[in-house]
Amino acid sequence: MTNEKTKVVAHDEIGGGYRYLVLEAPAISAGLVPGQFVHIRVPALEESALRRPFSVFDAANGLVTVLYKTVGRGTSALNLAKVGDTIEVMGPLGHGFPVKCSGTALLVGGGYGVAPLHFLARRLEGRKILFAGGRTEGDLLALDRFERIPGVEMRLATNDGSRGAKGFVTLPLDETIRELREKGEPFELFTCGPDGLLKAVSDRAVELGVPGWISMDRHMICGVGACYACIQKTVRGNSRCCIEGPVFRAVDLVWD
Amino acid sequence: MIDMSVNLGGLEMKSPVATASGTFGYGTEYIGAVDYSKLGAVTAKGIRIEPWPGNPMPRHAEVKGGLVNAIGLQGAGIEHFLKMTIPWYRKQVPNVPLIANIWGGSIAEYAEVAAKIGNAADAIEMNVSCPNVKSGGHTFGQDPKILGTVVAAVREATTLPLIVKLAPNVPSIAHYVHACENAGANALSMINTIPAMVIDIEKRRPVIANKTGGLSGRCVHPAAVKLVYDAAKATSLPILAMGGIYEPKDAIEFLLAGAAAVAVGTATFSNPNVVSEVYDGIAAYGERHGFKSVREITGALES
Repeated sequence: MTNEKTKVVAHDEIGGGYRYLVLEAPAISAGLVPGQFVHIRVPALEESALRRPFSVFDAANGLVTVLYKTVGRGTSALNLAKVGDTIEVMGPLGHGFPVKCSGTALLVGGGYGVAPLHFLARRLEGRKILFAGGRTEGDLLALDRFERIPGVEMRLATNDGSRGAKGFVTLPLDETIRELREKGEPFELFTCGPDGLLKAVSDRAVELGVPGWISMDRHMICGVGACYACIQKTVRGNSRCCIEGPVFRAVDLVWD
Repeated sequence: MIDMSVNLGGLEMKSPVATASGTFGYGTEYIGAVDYSKLGAVTAKGIRIEPWPGNPMPRHAEVKGGLVNAIGLQGAGIEHFLKMTIPWYRKQVPNVPLIANIWGGSIAEYAEVAAKIGNAADAIEMNVSCPNVKSGGHTFGQDPKILGTVVAAVREATTLPLIVKLAPNVPSIAHYVHACENAGANALSMINTIPAMVIDIEKRRPVIANKTGGLSGRCVHPAAVKLVYDAAKATSLPILAMGGIYEPKDAIEFLLAGAAAVAVGTATFSNPNVVSEVYDGIAAYGERHGFKSVREITGALES
């Protein structure tokens, strides 16, 4: 882990309030594992403001890419970062996804939850299927980037039916799970997104007895395990998302 | 370079800058982001006899200029602390003294934790002022008589330098300072967080599950300086001052008000480099004003 002064090399809006932020961060980039996160000191916030954690969309060639949605004070201020600006970033942080999978990897993402799944898809070998869901077509993100990764298939769903299946992303997911089970093919589940989706995927992994890797999102303070603010209940008690997670095994999670 | 070493009630520190309990885990979490060579001591997160789950989520709310938290002293208990945490810290951070922060639900528990620590830590800081746990902590720090009793009990149980962390929300700090002094404390630390509350006006609910929490960060600094000033006038015990240190100036104010050493806390979350910045800033200030040691800055306020 290091606290690196990074440089903004790109910061592009892709519509719907979503943006890619690309940082020159050689030290952090070299060590990142999919599912880990970075803790960003947002320059336009007052200097005493807490950092904001972001999962990593991609890390390669000394660059770290974050895909984020503008949702509040921190992300609104982050919008103001311009190419050439210096941003202080801590990372790599937390425990990520395993980058080995027995059988087909089912990557289930809701909205900008596809971000760490993209990084994961780049590192996983073998067959992988992205299940991307959102309220509407504009919430299905980075599909062009997933298309460039060899071996990735895609199944989409939107609540309003504007793209892919109409309904939750668990519709195409359940269909694929049924097919794989009928053929007796092994698979593992990897997910990131809103809590409802995480629980749905986690429940399936536990019920079917297959490995499930769940990336939890909690408000954080320190990002390094020091403050105990970002708690997720697990079979071990109150676990810290920032260091014991953000990726937990489905069988370890306890849902309220 | 001025002499930066201080003695905090028997605890030798080669830097006057420590970390505040609860903001620095158990001392190893920030390795890679903090320059430990400029750290005079690490104060570990609070520990009691049994493991303690802490409060429900959400546990914090960011406010402008500060942070309200109600973590609730989550911790793994004294056995884990002694068997796992301290050995790991000593291995990873061999040259920075460790202050164990203790709390309990009874006077007997405070004494028991202190006794169990033995000489495994370099000093003990008693938390008698956490605003976020009903059963322990705060209640002991609100009544000078009870405070004196619990400090005396811990004094009996340990030979380590004993620091008592005081609550800011008391009518007159001098009564509490004297209670600690008479009961055998070697130093005082202040301030703990200030009881606070944040409300989500749309949901019409408190943001924090515990409803209330403790305020820290930039905004508490002037209040903390005043309390340190009052306490220093009332005692000759050395004071470890904390509360909103974000830059050297904040720490120097504490020293001038009478503190022997300072601790950074909430600032570390946004800027882990604050330890180095404050250390370097104090040294530069000392040189600029002709002080030979940081100890000369303590209480050097013109009246």
